[in-house]
Amino acid sequence: MNAADEQIVQASGVRMSYGDVQVLNGVDFTVASGEVSCIIGPSGSGKSTFLRCLNGLEPVLGGSLRVLGEEVGHTLRGGRYHPWTPKEFAAFRRNIGMVFQRFNLFAHHSALENVACGPVHVLGTPADRARTLAMEHLDRVGLADHAHKRPHQLSGGQQQRVAIARALAMNPALMLFDEPTSALDPELVDEVLEVMKGLAVEGMTMVVVTHEIAFAREVGDWLTFFADGVVVERGRPRELLANPGHQRTRAFLSSVRDPKEREESR
Amino acid sequence: MRTEPITDASGRPIPVARTWHWGRWLAAVVALAVAARLAYLMVANPNLEWGKVAEYLFHERILSGVWVTIEISVLATALGLVLGVLVAIMRLAHNPVLSGLASFYIWFFRGTPVLVQLIFWYNLAFLFPELVLKIPFTMIGVKWDTNQVMTGFTSAMLGLGLNLAAYFAETVRAGIQAVDQGQTEAAYALGMTPAKRMRVIVLPQALRIIIPPTGNEFISMLKTTSLVYVVAGHDLMTNASQIYKANNLIMELLIVASLWYMLMTAVATFLQGRLERRFGSEAVRLVRGGGLAARILPKAAA
Repeated sequence: MNAADEQIVQASGVRMSYGDVQVLNGVDFTVASGEVSCIIGPSGSGKSTFLRCLNGLEPVLGGSLRVLGEEVGHTLRGGRYHPWTPKEFAAFRRNIGMVFQRFNLFAHHSALENVACGPVHVLGTPADRARTLAMEHLDRVGLADHAHKRPHQLSGGQQQRVAIARALAMNPALMLFDEPTSALDPELVDEVLEVMKGLAVEGMTMVVVTHEIAFAREVGDWLTFFADGVVVERGRPRELLANPGHQRTRAFLSSVRDPKEREESR
Repeated sequence: MRTEPITDASGRPIPVARTWHWGRWLAAVVALAVAARLAYLMVANPNLEWGKVAEYLFHERILSGVWVTIEISVLATALGLVLGVLVAIMRLAHNPVLSGLASFYIWFFRGTPVLVQLIFWYNLAFLFPELVLKIPFTMIGVKWDTNQVMTGFTSAMLGLGLNLAAYFAETVRAGIQAVDQGQTEAAYALGMTPAKRMRVIVLPQALRIIIPPTGNEFISMLKTTSLVYVVAGHDLMTNASQIYKANNLIMELLIVASLWYMLMTAVATFLQGRLERRFGSEAVRLVRGGGLAARILPKAAA
């Protein structure tokens, strides 16, 4: 294994656009195995789009993006890069868990079925075994008692924890979080963050797009500030938050910090 | 409307006066009078032999016609539903050829009268005297005489089924598109292929939106089958018309046929109510488990 393969994510000059609107203007970004990398930035800065590029939900139009040792979307064969088929995309995504801002639980399935769905339909795990595993994952996020409830019977925080369990059930090598607490009522945010902290402690490699500055400082190994489709700066969370190097970062941080935190930083 | 008395300052209840809706009473009386007169004109009509209506209501050929009508309705609806789902999926495909063909199919079958389609299938033998199904470049296969295959019954089933498929495809497409895009993204993120996502995640949810209107399609089909009489499909309308052509009791037999159509519609409406209660479109029903999805896709229940 060479040095490059130890990087779970290695992006250099990644570009992406919706029609004429340039969303990513050459993003450089790396994540090593076991690291928690948090991404912050104003809305429209391209941070969510970049996260969605990591598992191929959005196409990379320029630059190079290697995830889990593969150039996302293409395979080098006979001196040319061949675009992936839907099947190759599917195989690639099996190893990457994703948690969405709006949970996106399967509405026609119970919590348990949501978690068992991936192993049964994608990995071909026998139903009994998948059910047992799903129960374990639900237990881990503290929802074993709610296994047979439908998504609409659960609170936002509970739904998001089921969504995390659903992603974990695939035994991923990398977890992506797309503003996982942004759609939650304030009192439900902590239960989701606690689950994520637990994952980080266990050594899961995570990329987290978030507005939770306190979470980024406490849990993140790296903090990256996005603006206008590029990485403005990247550093250790405590250093970057205490001493931002760019005016844009300072302006953003002062706008998102809540009064309590401003109190603390004085 | 207020029913409890209003109390004054000293707590004494003062009753509320009754309102007389004179306009409503007048409109009701006029409407009833007109309806009664029309009913009287029919019932007391000296040219209408009600005894014959009763006589033919359970006539052997009428009963067999009712049965054939039910058969054609069920088979044509089933064909329409299955083909409709297929056309809808083709219509939504990224492949421009498949999508284009599906659009053409929908346009063609919605653009031509169902009567024309029925007569076309019935007379298919003029174009193809023999129907051959064989493996290309070999002699292995089967051959039928078109006139024997395209009876009134099969051409009715084909014509009505293919026609319904075109309409139903649009219903299915709307149902599929009504399923939240987030469901598709979550399915992809789990590593599902587009086909698996459609079968396991999107279609089961779309079905719950699609199923209630299929009751309407079936009820409408029950009566559209009456067009089958142009190709002599031995359905209710065909048999009724053959009887009245022989004995000239046109009105009496039309009433007999109508009574049966109304009965079938009433039964179908009742069943549709049950279906809607089971697959009702409100959100709570939408996500309730068990149901059709679990039976069609036992794996989905995990």
